[in-house]
Amino acid sequence: MTSVVVASPHRAGASRDRAATALSLGFVTTFLTVLVGLPIAALVWAATSAGTESFWEAVSSPEAVAALKLTLGAAVVVTLLNAVLGAVTAWVLVRDEFRGKALVNAIIDLPFALPTIVAGLTLLALYGPKSPIGVDVAYTRAAVVLAMMFVTLPFVVRTVQPVLQELDPEVEQAARSLGAPEPAIFRRVVFPNILPGLLSGMALALAKAIGEFGALVIITGNLPFKTEVSSVYVFGRIESGDTAAAASVAVVLLGLSFVLLLSIGAIRHVATRHERA
Amino acid sequence: MRRLGLRFVALGYLAAILVGPLAIVFWRTFEHGVAPAWDALSQPDTIHAFKLTLLITAIAVPVNTAFGIVCAIAIVRRRFPGKGLLNAFIDLPLALSPVVVGLSMFLLYGRKGWFGGWLDRHGVQFLFALPAMVVATIFVSLPFVAREVVPTLREIGDEQEQAARTLGAGGWQTFWRITLPSIRWAVIYGVILTTARCLGEYGAVAVVSGRIQGQTETATLRVEEQYEQYNLAGAYAISIVLALMAIAVLVAMTALRPKAAT
Repeated sequence: MTSVVVASPHRAGASRDRAATALSLGFVTTFLTVLVGLPIAALVWAATSAGTESFWEAVSSPEAVAALKLTLGAAVVVTLLNAVLGAVTAWVLVRDEFRGKALVNAIIDLPFALPTIVAGLTLLALYGPKSPIGVDVAYTRAAVVLAMMFVTLPFVVRTVQPVLQELDPEVEQAARSLGAPEPAIFRRVVFPNILPGLLSGMALALAKAIGEFGALVIITGNLPFKTEVSSVYVFGRIESGDTAAAASVAVVLLGLSFVLLLSIGAIRHVATRHERA
Repeated sequence: MRRLGLRFVALGYLAAILVGPLAIVFWRTFEHGVAPAWDALSQPDTIHAFKLTLLITAIAVPVNTAFGIVCAIAIVRRRFPGKGLLNAFIDLPLALSPVVVGLSMFLLYGRKGWFGGWLDRHGVQFLFALPAMVVATIFVSLPFVAREVVPTLREIGDEQEQAARTLGAGGWQTFWRITLPSIRWAVIYGVILTTARCLGEYGAVAVVSGRIQGQTETATLRVEEQYEQYNLAGAYAISIVLALMAIAVLVAMTALRPKAAT
């Protein structure tokens, strides 16, 4: 008798748990299917339903290829610039001391918070035709790089900063007191530690740069074969009613996003292998 | 010396990319006093655009908050097949171009889309109207709450929840009295990020809204429209309001970061 009395609330609890698990999983799955899965499926369907031939034709049209080349080229340049400048900024925020550091630290996240269209307009105000400092890069490829740099600025800083915070400065000092030159300290002590954070920050920045739209539309002028990136090209195809071509190029962008997400997952997996072991 | 050099590089970089451009826009907006900016902001279409942005945000943020919490609990506390996949692809909206998001909505709900015919027959205006704009905004701001809550849930462990269970609390009671209070700062932090993303959304909404002035034009679309009309004063004035909102978000993030981290 007693065993039944003791056991029954547990059994009821376990079945309630299972019900709660099923309910929450049902909610998450339905939500993701309706909001993300179905639109993505419709996109892939629109790109491929007319056969692979028309897909390739749309993707390999000269304007689409030029846009994709520019997008990838500019995004890679921006990612490399970010890697260097972002790591330096993170280092300064962690190891340096100066007045107003807290303010500088807060400003890093501004590109997350500022609408991208506003970002484009502000860049145009300083680096456009009416530039008060006489630097006009509007409607050039430099503007593409500039706009991408703005929107990707926080990624590397915010992935490297916490790693540097964890890294004991005494390790660097020990290397220094043992006579290691500064470049060697960076290469053999600091760099291996920040590498996983740096790489995932770079992958995030690359993904963001490839997909950016709002910051680019005003300052680049969207000139085909010159300053038109892939997302702008897709937008133009939609506007002119050619949704099949738009969907084809969009599927290429989608594939790139998937690859980058998987690499971020892989980097995280490798970086945390010691913790899991 | 090296320290000063690096400080100079970092601060110069931030000044050139972030602070400089924003300062110029503030200066240009109020160059001729507050009146021109105020006039631009008090146009009915601009007021409508801001109201629409706030309305979309007011719908998308609670939806994504509920989803984010449930999703985070599922990822951290439950075991189910496909969990690794869910964990990896919850970030898809962060890595995908907003134009692609907009296009996929367009293809699903448009006249020739999978749901388009059904919606049309039932007289539902989905695309080029509020519903599509809300759905697109939910998509792009989907992961923020879940991403903030997942690490916090991992950190706190489930000992307290188990203790509550042992003492006879139900699942719902445990959630409200134990789990939610311990993740609340992470939730609030995630809500702030979601809000910022919703207020600033441009690309996806540009595709699905049809950009009808005074009807489906949000604040960010209005900025672009004013710029296209050579009304720089108007574009700047709206931008300043959006930038002030962004700065409010930054202040909130800075104030909450230490709390969200513990």
